[in-house]
Amino acid sequence: METDQLIRTLAADNAHRAQPVGFVLTLALLAAAPVSVAMFFAGLGVRPDVMTAMHNPLFDLKFAVTLALAIPAIAISLHLSRPEASLHGWAWLLLIPAGLLVAGISGEMMMPQRLPMMTRLVGSNSRICLTAIPLMSLPLLAAALFGLRHGAPTRPAVAGAIAGLLSAGLAATLYASHCTDDSPLFVATWYTIATALVTATGALAGSRVLRF
Amino acid sequence: MREREDEWTGLMRSAISGDSAAYHRLLKAVTPVLRAAARRGLARAGQPVDQSEDIVQDILLAVHLKRHTWDANAPFAPWLFAIARNKLIDSLRRRGRRIFVNIDDFAETIPSEPTAETAPASEVAAQLRSLPARQRDVLQSIAVDSASIKDTAAKFAMSEGAVRVALHRGLTTLTAKLREQ
Repeated sequence: METDQLIRTLAADNAHRAQPVGFVLTLALLAAAPVSVAMFFAGLGVRPDVMTAMHNPLFDLKFAVTLALAIPAIAISLHLSRPEASLHGWAWLLLIPAGLLVAGISGEMMMPQRLPMMTRLVGSNSRICLTAIPLMSLPLLAAALFGLRHGAPTRPAVAGAIAGLLSAGLAATLYASHCTDDSPLFVATWYTIATALVTATGALAGSRVLRF
Repeated sequence: MREREDEWTGLMRSAISGDSAAYHRLLKAVTPVLRAAARRGLARAGQPVDQSEDIVQDILLAVHLKRHTWDANAPFAPWLFAIARNKLIDSLRRRGRRIFVNIDDFAETIPSEPTAETAPASEVAAQLRSLPARQRDVLQSIAVDSASIKDTAAKFAMSEGAVRVALHRGLTTLTAKLREQ
């Protein structure tokens, strides 16, 4: 086919309108969320003392941290779905959850403690944390990659990694309501390792499925 | 340069709001620029520059299918060049592998001087043949026979809506096949 013929054909298809990437990404995440929530209630469930735990600022901080990861990651992934976009000027958003954790750790240091630091860091749920967050993030990661495929990310591995961060952030938000380890030291250690696993999976998957 | 790019942005805005003639003019206007970039890329990669047309068509298809990622408030050229660069790197990588094999096998049959001519594109046409019959017929009618959507609908006893759907699906399938080859 000659290029002029191809151009004529493309012009004939001009009436076709694709949905915006944000719309497709939102729909995909809304479709995947019930799967992760079902996994959560089937395997874990909310911790029994949740009503008292809510008065503990360190319990609440966990949600602030996980949502401060998930929400900017959604915004960054949408930004990266445009071909000319780069992380420049956006990456600092990912420092917000880290900053919250540092503030939480310093805050906890200043409070009188019943347990030594290492005990708080190791906690009692690290193995569940490392399994539950990656597992619950998988449906969300698949949805995020599906949504981003509708875009045109020219750095597929980076976009995939951000999709990993957003799905890990959402899964960790669910997990935080189950876990009885509220110390920011525990969150900074185990949630971070779990998130890194999902991010690496996202980067690997993204470099394959996000090419266009 | 600046003027040319502003004109592209204007044409793309008209295209998005439904002006197919503006879209046609825009694609015609950017093609020589894409061709020159493809030739430069091939030359820099030490590959025959006459293979540029397949890359140009690859870029045009991506521009078409991803144009919803262009922000109508932003200039068009940076978006276009990002798509073009991405496609160019991709094809050079693919070709690199293929040509490497060729050099091993037929080192002596490769002409030492690449011709300045542009060879006709062959990949889109080759993939066109492997499309489902309906998509292929519609695409062929519009591309090769220069029939309008209306005439194509009459020719195949389809509704115009069905022709539009087959046309768009055909372009999507074609692009997916080109990516997988």
